[in-house]
Amino acid sequence: MSVPPVYGMVLAAILFVIGLGGLLIRRNMVFVVISVEVMLNAGGLGFISAGARWAQADGQAVFLFLLAVAAAEAAIGLALILWLHHRHRTVDSDSARQMRG
Amino acid sequence: MTIAFVIAGTLSIIATLLAVSRSNTVHALLYLIGSLLALAVAFYTLGAAYAAVLEIMVYAGAIVVLLLFVVMIMNLGGRRKEEERALLGPSVWVGPSAVVLGVAVELAVVFASGLTPATESSYVSAQMVNAVVFGPYVIGVELASFLLLAGVVSAVHLGRRHQKVIETGSDSPPERSSEDRDPPGTGDRGESGPAWATRLHSKEVVE
Repeated sequence: MSVPPVYGMVLAAILFVIGLGGLLIRRNMVFVVISVEVMLNAGGLGFISAGARWAQADGQAVFLFLLAVAAAEAAIGLALILWLHHRHRTVDSDSARQMRG
Repeated sequence: MTIAFVIAGTLSIIATLLAVSRSNTVHALLYLIGSLLALAVAFYTLGAAYAAVLEIMVYAGAIVVLLLFVVMIMNLGGRRKEEERALLGPSVWVGPSAVVLGVAVELAVVFASGLTPATESSYVSAQMVNAVVFGPYVIGVELASFLLLAGVVSAVHLGRRHQKVIETGSDSPPERSSEDRDPPGTGDRGESGPAWATRLHSKEVVE
């Protein structure tokens, strides 16, 4: 009756590929952050389905750490978006392809 | 329970595809919230109720709402009021509402059928998770605190006002005119030199 763990892995792979495609295709920095969040989330789903396979708590423990990583990534990514918008008046990631100093 | 997982996973895939392909940022974030809720249902059916609750509270409740706040602060798009009113048509909210309604109906069916994951063999309780996190993985908790501290410091550093940097960056590109090719050192630097050299000189004096 329980869910086969390979279903969770397949769903994690599909979500990861969607996030990777969005990361490669989109130029808007907000969508880049969204895609990275989707990819991190897919990784967490992989850990949880693997933990459910052996009924161990380690998968959810790693998911807790992934939450901390996602929170830090969101904070830094949003600060970068605000800096880019303040500096170049756009959120196009191509506007920051040249660095100075 | 497997059919609930399949439905939740399908909803999550559809909502994620819509989230990364929309042109409006706010709509994409609403679809992302729907995707995260569907994924929380998938976690629940996998026996990870604790992770499902954390997914809703931390991801959908904190991170995505923070993204929404930043998008609203930047006012991306900058629409007027009538355009905003035109955006409230059914074509805007039908998609996210369908996703969230699907998740809600599925949760109701799961709860009504009594298929709680407590009877499953793969159920992992919050007590087990926290006993592991604060037991063998306690060094990971310390490292996560370091990581969050670094995130806060870098966010504050990037969020400062860069007025001085922006001013010097905007007027520092020197114009390659004929006076630029004058050999340096001929005459007084503050009077006959190019304008940017004067600024550089005064900046050196100030500093």
